[in-house]
This record gives sequence, structure tokens and C-alpha cells, in this order.
Amino acid sequence: MSPARTPLIDLKGLIFLGLLAAACLVVPLLNLMVPEGSPLHMPTYLVSLFGKYLSFALLAVSLDLVWGYCGILSLGHGAFFGLGGYAMGMYLMRQIGPRGVYGNPVLPDFMVFLNYKELPWYWLGFDMFPFAALMVLAVPGLLGFVFGWLAFRSRVTGVYLSIITQALTYALMLAFFRNDMGLGGNNGLTDFKDLLGLSVQAQGVRVALFVATAIALALGYLIARVMTVSAYGKILIAVRDAEPRTRFLGYRPEHFKTLAFTVSAMMAGVAGALYVPQVGIINPSEFAPTNSIEAVIWVAVGGRGTLVGAALGAIIVNYAKTILTGALPDAWLFGLGALFVLVTLFLPKGIVGTLMQRYGSRRAAAKLPPEPELAPKLVEEGRGS
Amino acid sequence: MSDAATLAPPSAAQVPDKRLTPALLYLDDVQVTFDGYRALRGLSLTLDKGEMRAIIGPNGAGKTTMMDCITGKTRPDLGRVVFDGTIDLTKLDEPAIADLGIGRKFQKPTVFESHTVADNILLALKGPRAAFQSLFGWRNRVAAERIDALLTKVGLIAHRERPAADLSHGQKQWLEIGMLLAQDPKLLLVDEPVAGMTDAETAATATLLREIARDHAVVVIEHDMHFVRALDCRVTCLHEGAVLAEGSIDAVSADPRVVEVYLGR
Repeated sequence: MSPARTPLIDLKGLIFLGLLAAACLVVPLLNLMVPEGSPLHMPTYLVSLFGKYLSFALLAVSLDLVWGYCGILSLGHGAFFGLGGYAMGMYLMRQIGPRGVYGNPVLPDFMVFLNYKELPWYWLGFDMFPFAALMVLAVPGLLGFVFGWLAFRSRVTGVYLSIITQALTYALMLAFFRNDMGLGGNNGLTDFKDLLGLSVQAQGVRVALFVATAIALALGYLIARVMTVSAYGKILIAVRDAEPRTRFLGYRPEHFKTLAFTVSAMMAGVAGALYVPQVGIINPSEFAPTNSIEAVIWVAVGGRGTLVGAALGAIIVNYAKTILTGALPDAWLFGLGALFVLVTLFLPKGIVGTLMQRYGSRRAAAKLPPEPELAPKLVEEGRGS
Repeated sequence: MSDAATLAPPSAAQVPDKRLTPALLYLDDVQVTFDGYRALRGLSLTLDKGEMRAIIGPNGAGKTTMMDCITGKTRPDLGRVVFDGTIDLTKLDEPAIADLGIGRKFQKPTVFESHTVADNILLALKGPRAAFQSLFGWRNRVAAERIDALLTKVGLIAHRERPAADLSHGQKQWLEIGMLLAQDPKLLLVDEPVAGMTDAETAATATLLREIARDHAVVVIEHDMHFVRALDCRVTCLHEGAVLAEGSIDAVSADPRVVEVYLGR
């Protein structure tokens, strides 16, 4: 028996995966099977709204992997989310074909409008779903790898790292705003028609996207969980708590951090790719620094270093945002700020972290030896010598 | 990812003339300056294989800076630090030096506080250190007996599942010594291991270190002269970044210069 092996799926993970599985059954049932007039019917717009929450939850899990377990406070995870979203958006644009306003069979409308004669090279291949799906992983993953490797190798940590992640997403926002990026400028990519040959507006496709997002979230959680309960995860936590010490044990923290950061970036990219067809648009505002900071707040509210908490925080905060922006559109930012302050003051471990502490500390207390006695055997030996 | 691949092979840093010295560790005229302050001023020191050595000296004598130079934390301005006769440590970084078999215990006990005592030992155990390796590799299947044996040796077996943060100061010192043993290095550098310990704990630690010294080379920095005497080994006294005196504890503590700068009259 290995020492103190953490189970891959613990109680909170079981509840979380159980709820996701239940949602995959109940939501399609209420939308597709219950007739429209019934009070139990779930309208399709709600299905997509919940799907959007789940894609945010996946982004939160990816952020928690690096922030909660490795101490990398990324204020730029929206960059990876946005890049994954753009990769999906480019695929969806190519699927429009000649149905655009200008009827050009190859060029999207905005390119015709901007007098493009041919498709830029980086649009090639995006008409094929497998290629686009690969890019959803590869582009954020490559950026995460290169950025992480350079930053971690130079031992950039703490607030300095946070600032450059923020600069990264801001730089991408400015770049994507430019029309000559060939990615739709400030309007972004929209007016999507088909996904895998099926209309993105169709009720069945909406439900399928919701289910796909729930599955992606479950998989993302499991990947993060496999990583964090392994010896790798223990070293990651050691790096978070005492990075210089791990070097004197012979570990190279930059390798551990780069691996986590790259996986996290790819996960955020998938979240973005699932987000775009459900909201129907991707534009440079997804790269706005405030989006990335909001994601950090979701994780803080739910409880960092718990994974489940991150997902929960994303869903709760976004649900509150939907309610509050509907009722008092101007109050949301104040509400968000107040929430962050309150959580920091009264729930520093977040919702799930606090619950774990309450439940876990009682259990741990029962296991402890009566009092911290000093190794009697050693002391006796010392006296004897 | 190039985890293991980029780890510079020790051969890259080998000193051209093979086997400069039969000693395990050889510091040759090492000089370190911080912002104009000369922390080490031509420190030379030799440590034989399997030898235990105590380093004493007043504050600011350069004891910890010397350890920083050996473990790659500080790069000397001048001089050489040769390990095992062939490897110039000044060309390597911390993980590469740790990988060669040089372990270090810090002055302030530094353990991984949010991990259990057993996990602290697990992470220190000798073996491949690459990131991918740790995901699914052997470190996930270490037999509990290996860890328990080490924890028994340092007297922490009753505390194996407690978070290291809950240990007392002295217990943390022992845990760190246990981590050093888990690394099974050729050379152990131990910085003030008995600071903050009771007399009984100090005596126990001396016994433990003497036992470790039977099959490892050990360098101990310490102020506690009773403890140094209990170690029963050669003593080097540093002063202002250079060696002031070296020899048996009796010879060094009788040296008038040592009495002058360190022991006091």
C-alpha cells in the first residue's frame, strides 16, 4: 500500500460528476421531450445559456489547475479561451460557404467587404473540422508552452508573472481588433450557419452542444484530477509552496510549471471552442483583461485548489451575472467587486474550500496522535550516547 | 517537453584535466562579492570521501555563502568548486548539482508544509525527477515500507500522516534530515541542524548525524560547541570569508586566533 494515496474520485468529485451526468439526462429531456406548452419545458435559449456556463466552468477548472495547484496567478487565461474560440469561429465561417450576404463561395463576408482577393494562408484547412479541432488544442497549447517556458525558465513568478499574462491577453486583444489581421476586426466572426453539416440554430444541435460541453467539463476535471493526485501534482504543490527548495531536491520547477500551464491553456482553448457556437459570436472583446480577471474571481469564490469549486464558482457567479444584468444592468460590476471583497474577507478558501475544511478538519483531528510528542526513541538514543 | 533531455550531462562541465584531486569536494580560492561586500575572500577547503566536517565561525564568516556556492545558488566570482575530482560545480545549476548527489538542509527548516510528513519523504526519494515521469512513473508506486523505514530512523513515524506544517521546529529539522537521507546523496550539507532544539534533542541529532556519516560525507555548520564536540570530527573555523584554523576540536578551540574572533575569552 502506498502512503496516503488520494483517490482519483473523492466525495466532492463524485457529486460533481453525478450532477453533470444528471444534467446530461435532464436538460435534453426537458427540452426535447416535454412539449413546449408545459411549465416543465426548458426553452432552447436556456439550454445554450447553461451550456455557456459549463464552458466557463471548464475555463475555471483550467485556471484552477495552474493557480490553485501551482501558484501561477494567470490574469490572461482569456487569451487561450479566445484563441480556441477563434479557431472554432474560423471553422464555422468556412461552413457558411456561398450563403453569405455577398455570396462569395470561399471568402467570408468581411473579407469581401475589405477587398480580400484570396483567403489568407492561416485560414487554409479550417474548412475541415478535424483540422479546426486540432487547432483548438494546438494554438492555445503552443502559446501556453512558449510563453510558459520563457517565463518560468527566467524564474518570473508572483505578481510579475500575473502582469505579463495580463499584457499577453491585452496585446492579443489589440491585434485582433485590427482589420488587417484577417479575422474580422472588431466585429469578430459571426452569422454562423452550420456545424458538422447541421444548423447551429437547430434545437437538437443546441442540446448536443450542451451535452458536449458537459462531457468536456467532466473530462477536463478528470485530466486535472489525474495530474493533481499523482506524484506530479504533489511536486506541483511543493513548487507552489517552496519553489527554491524543490530545486535543491533536484527538480526543475520550470518543467513542471510549463507542463501544467500548457495543459491548462489547451483546456481553456476547448472551453472557448465550445462557447462560440452556443453564443453565436466571437470577437476581440473576449481577450479583454476584465474577462480574465472575472475568471479568477470565479475560482476564488468557488475555492481555489479544489477544481470542483472552480467549476461551481463559475456557474454561480455567471448565474448571478445573468440575473443581475437583467434586473440592474449598471450594478453588475459593483456586485462583482463586492462579491470578491466579501469572499476574500469571509471565505478566503472559497465555498468548497471552506466546506472541505469544516468536514476534513474533524476527520483529521481524529487521526492525530494525542499530542506532538518529540520522537522518544531518538531522544533516548541521544541520552545514551 | 524536453524535461530529461535538456538536463545538462555532467560531462559538459568536466574540468579538462581528469581527477584534479582525490578529494570528494575541493574548494579552490573561492571568492564571492555582494554589492561590494566580500563574503568569501579566497576560501579553500578539501573534504575527503566519507568524511564528516564541522564548520564553525562568527556571523558573516561566509559559512552559508560557502554552501550556496557548492549547491549552485550563488556563482563565485573567482575560484573553483570541484566535486568528485572532475566536476566543476560553478558551471551547473541547483537541480543538476542535486542530481549529482549533493543534498542540503537549510538553516531555517524548509519542508513542504501542506504535504504530509510521508509525502515530504516521498518527494525527496532518490530517482528520476522528470515531470512526465512523475505523472505515472515509479514515484506513484513507492512502497510504504521504504518511507516508514526512513521515518523510523528520524523518529517521526508516529507523525507520518500529519501535515508537515503541524510539526514542531525540532521535528521539522528532523524531517529535513530524513528528506536528505531519502535523497541518499554522496555529500550532505547541513546548516545549523540543532538551532532551537532542547539539549536532549541536540544529543539525539548528534547521534543521528554520526550514524549518517558512516556511509556519507557530511558537512555541518553549527554554532553550538557542545554539539560540535559530540560530532567528534575535524573542525574548520571560518573568519571573514576564509579559513582561519582547521584541525581537531581541541586544537581549533585552543587556537588563539579562534578564541579571539569567535569563542571569546
